[in-house]
Amino acid sequence: MTFIDGVKVNLTEEEVEKAKTLLGRDPNQVEAGMIDVMWSEHCSYKSSKPFLKQLPKEGPRVLVGPGMDAGVIDINDGDVVVFKVETHNHPSAIEPYNGAATGIGGIVRDILCMGARPIALFDNLRFGKLRSNHSKWLFEYVVKGISDYGNCIGVPTVGGDVEFDDSYENNCLVNVGCIGLARREEIALSVAKNIGDILILMGGSTGRDGIHGVTFASRVLTEESEADRPAVQIGDPFTKKLIIEATLEALKTGYVTGLKDLGGGGLTCAASEMSGAGGTGVEIDLDKVFLREENMIPYEIMISESQERMLFVVKPEGVDKITRIFDKYELSYSIIGRVDGSQKVNVYKNGQLVAQVPSRMLSDPPVLNRPVKRPSYIDQLAEVSAPPTPLNLADVVYKLVGSPNLASKAWVYRQYDHEVGDRTVIKPGQADAAVLRILGKNKAIAAKSDATPSHSYLDPYNGGAGALAESCRNIAVTGAEPLAWVDCLSFGNPENPEVLWCFNETIKGLTDYALKLNIPCIGGNVSFYNEDQVSARVVKPCPVVLTVGLIEDCSYITTMSFKQPGDRILMIGLTYREMGGSEYYTFYHNIQGGRAPVVNLDLEAVTLKTVLKAVRTGKISAAHDCFRGGIAVSLIEMGMENNLSASVNLDGLSDLDLKFDELLFSESHSRYILTTREEYLNDIIEIFTQNNIPVKEIGVVTDSGRFEFEYKNRRVSCSMSKLRKLYYETIPKYMGVTEWMK
Amino acid sequence: MKIAIIQFPGSNCEYDALHVLKNVFRQDTHLVWHKDFNSGDFDAVILPGGFSYGDHLRAGVIAAYSPAMRHVREMAAEGKPVLGICNGFQILIESKLLDGALLQNNCLTFVCKWVNLRVETTRTPFTKFINESSILRIPIAHKEGRYVNTRRRIKELYDNDQIVFKYVDENGFESSDSNPNGSMDNIAGICNLDGNVVGLMPHPERASETILSPYKTEHGRLIFESLIKYFNGGR
Repeated sequence: MTFIDGVKVNLTEEEVEKAKTLLGRDPNQVEAGMIDVMWSEHCSYKSSKPFLKQLPKEGPRVLVGPGMDAGVIDINDGDVVVFKVETHNHPSAIEPYNGAATGIGGIVRDILCMGARPIALFDNLRFGKLRSNHSKWLFEYVVKGISDYGNCIGVPTVGGDVEFDDSYENNCLVNVGCIGLARREEIALSVAKNIGDILILMGGSTGRDGIHGVTFASRVLTEESEADRPAVQIGDPFTKKLIIEATLEALKTGYVTGLKDLGGGGLTCAASEMSGAGGTGVEIDLDKVFLREENMIPYEIMISESQERMLFVVKPEGVDKITRIFDKYELSYSIIGRVDGSQKVNVYKNGQLVAQVPSRMLSDPPVLNRPVKRPSYIDQLAEVSAPPTPLNLADVVYKLVGSPNLASKAWVYRQYDHEVGDRTVIKPGQADAAVLRILGKNKAIAAKSDATPSHSYLDPYNGGAGALAESCRNIAVTGAEPLAWVDCLSFGNPENPEVLWCFNETIKGLTDYALKLNIPCIGGNVSFYNEDQVSARVVKPCPVVLTVGLIEDCSYITTMSFKQPGDRILMIGLTYREMGGSEYYTFYHNIQGGRAPVVNLDLEAVTLKTVLKAVRTGKISAAHDCFRGGIAVSLIEMGMENNLSASVNLDGLSDLDLKFDELLFSESHSRYILTTREEYLNDIIEIFTQNNIPVKEIGVVTDSGRFEFEYKNRRVSCSMSKLRKLYYETIPKYMGVTEWMK
Repeated sequence: MKIAIIQFPGSNCEYDALHVLKNVFRQDTHLVWHKDFNSGDFDAVILPGGFSYGDHLRAGVIAAYSPAMRHVREMAAEGKPVLGICNGFQILIESKLLDGALLQNNCLTFVCKWVNLRVETTRTPFTKFINESSILRIPIAHKEGRYVNTRRRIKELYDNDQIVFKYVDENGFESSDSNPNGSMDNIAGICNLDGNVVGLMPHPERASETILSPYKTEHGRLIFESLIKYFNGGR
């Protein structure tokens, strides 16, 4: 730990020296605080930036790429989609309710400050195993936090995933994503470019909550972390809802020239990034900032992360009109300063200049080139011997369907309002991705956020490529063409070269598949230091990818549920002996090892395009990505909604001589399960054979009440009613709910 | 017919109701900020869902004491149709325009799901042109929707034909399985004595187009269509 002028800063000696050189003198206390937060890992991406450069960021549809609060893509007709994912891991790990709620608050502000109305939320959650009471507590209150906040602001939570793994026992992961919709001409940017424009701080008051939130997020969790609870902000969704409406109304006036939310780094971050991006400077009078606590010193005001605040840059002649809108919504605001040409952030208190730092020194901090090293565990874990095939495979199927990772998450999504907004065409549980229509037009967007840490742990490259591949598959089966994606990467301590090697491999995997499919990354978030000293555990790498796709005609929209008995079932793609990180290995056998599934980039991309083509014929009655839990669980998932089952023969689905358990539960990529009516069967098969994609009719949808799997004259048969019970009741049972309606 | 949708701070289903009435039914519908609401301007009023005033103190209670509700009360007294959806129902209850209480769901959490409603009476403008005992598929999304009243008052609601909607199963039978929040007698919606003020927890504005329904239904339409027919000479 180093000190500047008696202020403790989370910077290295070299960084402190660098700051002194850039400033040309020793920083005072206020400046030290400002530099500390802006040069923190959380705000600066100083460890990750050199690696993130690899990602492809450009494409004909990209209007705003990485670097702004959220990326923006064009979806035709002048409509644009804005989206982003962020983590709120550390706050949620010590105060799950407010940590998760303010995570939603933060991501919504990111979308809002691009000028878009937030229309959908996503959350990807990772906790320790549910037999632990601590994990249950985190799970229950994270979900409650998202539910209370998201429902109140009237933005539907439509997708995501939840997984449980010991590595998240103390350091849970809360990834929150948001999608916004706007017209192209409405897009606002976080920039202060006109000298003389007025700065208006609007929304919540500034208090001591959340002070040093970003430095807290840039360290590992320790036993003392409980004492960091004051660093967790308190959310106010009611005020947020008013801010959403007031901001959108204010933007319509044309007087707002720039807009930024106050999140990590508070006023310092907003002021320096806006003036840095505009090549201008700002003057801020701290006497004008409305405070909720007495005797706050400039240091505290500048770095407070109190929630629900927005900084508007407004043309001088528009101030009256804008403030009248804020009055209508009874929102507090104050004129705190103006844009000048100094290229510095100038902070005044009682008429005295208390801080003066070049904007770009804060907004564009020095990056670090940290070393990487391939971890030795990777090769050790790859070589595990296959477990003996269990005698009773039906029992394995039951166990997997009832595993918390694969069981229905209805207990979670029933607590979220997923309907508000009148846009949700495909709702949680109905398909692999959420589909939201664009009101007044015959088009829709599909979106899904995914990550498979158990694969990433064993093979970060394929885990990264696989997260993007899975997310794209999930939206393609609904009839959507993937257009662009954002990521949210949660890793351990970047000062550990092995962690950083995994990070780099993940980025490489993401980059390679993105280039292959030719879809850009338009934004992202990195969360390091996800480890806790108490249990000495580092989280399994968790690269979350949120992909958005376009459905040009709503008649393309397809769900994953079996529709009627007699429909034929087609298996697309081949199955390999890729058991590492599978739910079968990790949950049933408790094996952490083996080879994780490999993404064959060419095959993955061409299969995706062909599946999309098939779905868009309108002849596919159900389409599902075949992945977690393997063929067995994927097929069973398709039967749940309409209580239908299937009878399938799995011969000829692999070039290798697989054992029955391997065929049922391998999680190889590039596989899909489709159903179609008998009369369309040949047409659909033809589409795949033309493109040299492996395709095989494996069986038929039935209403027999039993799932039947046959392979090499062996048979596994499972009762639908037992499967349904396990699928729907596992999570509620863990959470102490005795009666649960689907 | 001129319809108002009142926007309280924290309302969040007002745009959905506006979309349905304006774009689906082509009705003369206006979003009105609560401070600007004047009863004389409108023939019918909708109190939309959401979290008015952040549900502080109790869901709907602050809005119930707002000046806008004085105007709603006037409209109710004049016999004009008043519809409260979800939080709007909570406001009508808190302002005593409807009788009873809406408590926290018996599962103690927010619940968002599609349910089946049975139409119990056709004496209201919102159900007049729906066949009695029709089963409507409409979603709910609330945390405080458990309808509670004294046994004596519930009996009066039956006697006066004030129960408008009940939660039922697909076949139209009341059961505890089909009751999503523990409401007494599976009550999902009620009306005042005159029948012109109706409140319900489910959201018909989310079920008025087939594309939004997992069942390809559009049963929410029936409630709005009924109101339109009522005005077009069907009183």
